[in-house]
Amino acid sequence: MRVDLEIIGDWIKPGSRVLDLGCGECTLLRQLRESHGVTGYGLELSIEKLIKCVEGGISVIQADLDEGLTPWFDADSFDYVIMTHTLQAMRHPERLLKEMVSIGREAIVTFPNMGYWKNRIQYALGGRMPVTRALPYSWYDTPNIHLCTVRDFEALCEELGLRILDREIVDSDHRSGALMRLLPNLMGEAAVYRLEKA
Amino acid sequence: MPTVLPPDSVGLVTPQTLAFEEPLELDSGKTLPRYELVIETYGTLNADRSNAVLICHALSGDHHAAGYHSMEDRKPGWWDVAIGPGKPIDTNRFFVVCLNNLGGCRGSTGPTTVNPETGRVYGPDFPIVTVADWVRSQERLMRRLGISQWAAVIGGSLGGMQVMQWAISFPNLLRHAVVIAAAPKLSAQNIAFNEVARQAIFADPDFHDGYYQEHGVVPRKGLMLARMLGHITYLSDDAMRAKFGRELRAGKINFGFDVEFQVESYLRYQGTSFVDRIDANTYLLMTKALDYFDPAAEFDHDLSRAFAETSAEFLVVSFTTDWRFSPARSREIVKALLDADKRVTYAEIESSHGHDAFLVPIPDYMTVFRAYMGRVAADIEEGVA
Repeated sequence: MRVDLEIIGDWIKPGSRVLDLGCGECTLLRQLRESHGVTGYGLELSIEKLIKCVEGGISVIQADLDEGLTPWFDADSFDYVIMTHTLQAMRHPERLLKEMVSIGREAIVTFPNMGYWKNRIQYALGGRMPVTRALPYSWYDTPNIHLCTVRDFEALCEELGLRILDREIVDSDHRSGALMRLLPNLMGEAAVYRLEKA
Repeated sequence: MPTVLPPDSVGLVTPQTLAFEEPLELDSGKTLPRYELVIETYGTLNADRSNAVLICHALSGDHHAAGYHSMEDRKPGWWDVAIGPGKPIDTNRFFVVCLNNLGGCRGSTGPTTVNPETGRVYGPDFPIVTVADWVRSQERLMRRLGISQWAAVIGGSLGGMQVMQWAISFPNLLRHAVVIAAAPKLSAQNIAFNEVARQAIFADPDFHDGYYQEHGVVPRKGLMLARMLGHITYLSDDAMRAKFGRELRAGKINFGFDVEFQVESYLRYQGTSFVDRIDANTYLLMTKALDYFDPAAEFDHDLSRAFAETSAEFLVVSFTTDWRFSPARSREIVKALLDADKRVTYAEIESSHGHDAFLVPIPDYMTVFRAYMGRVAADIEEGVA
């Protein structure tokens, strides 16, 4: 099991109502249904992935997150709204974050950290846009249009009035460690946050 | 015509007629003293009678959804692409029931059948029936067949409206609801198109206020115009461009009003072939059933309240170029189900086929449909019934 999913599993209360944005093949929802008895929906744009969700017995809505969540959901509809490794591909990440904490009691967000030292070295010393295991795309062919660092993200949370309830920093194997806790923006390859409206 | 039946066909099928002697009270306040329903079934009902699915037909459909009536048939039933062994509605797993709705003209009681009270054909005196009336008659059919709950009720367009009505009227009598290319109610534009179609029929001198059968004529021109108009709304601009463009039949312009463009020829063909299949009074009734459908009306026009008591799990499907019942209309259905906290899956299928797409075997559509029906079948095996 991916450690970021394990972290999310630790945070979520059993029997919760969950919305998973960009749910892919519904791996997370299927796990949480098994382990935590959660109910809820996935949102996914790709028809191929949606078909996998249907086969897995998950209720899934084909929708474009760039159109926002308000066409589908009213405020306070879920216990948790989760978005794993999708924020950086959104046209309006700030709008989506605000919607997440509005329709959910809490939001859980994961994203790749641009501040990770390997990214910094590739950019600072190599003079090239970083290509790593967590960010495997070339600059001209990437879905990731809004990459940020841990510090960027936390500054945005401050600006949007989002309270950070929990933060875990992991590497590309989604392991955590003392060094990552000490220097999260430098040592963390990805970040997992639990947020609420302040 | 098939010389050999394809292996994924339900094969040769025979309709059957069931008579219902108990009067049926209609939404209009009128009563049908007795009625008959023509049905077809495919596949086998399992021992605990839990694998039955109902197919609801659209405006001009009937009970002949799949297979062939004889080896001389030019075409199979209207939804043969979706029903058969290994197809999304897999007849190896499901017992499939399809009927001709009340007011139809393909054998079920309707304007072309004899009114037992007068001894004459009903004609325009056949009472206007609603989607809810149909669903009540279908519930009696279910009982007659010894089925206590449908594994799924499935339909496209006007058929999808019957599916929604089923979930609302009889929440415990279906486990899954498959609503394809439908709308929660008609828009003013939808009703406007229906009204023009009706006016085309009324304006035909052979209509005789609906008593054309007694005059031994058929309002062919009117019915043909109605169908031509309807057909334009079933196709997308793109589909028409791709299919016909501005192709000329004779290769050059003739400066006249005969058929010149291929699209004219196609529409005239659609119109004339429709006249042989559909009775004008039936067509009028069906358009009214569409116009009147509005299940939210009884719930302060709140669709999510209409769905509040439903217990079926929903699959809702729309098609990108459908402008008769656009994806936005299906999203209204999905939003209402989400608001009501119901289990729902929604797919918006890329297609250039307009509203007609629900009858076309588009790969993504068929795959989603098959995956969902696989779940319906899994529920049966797990004994969720």
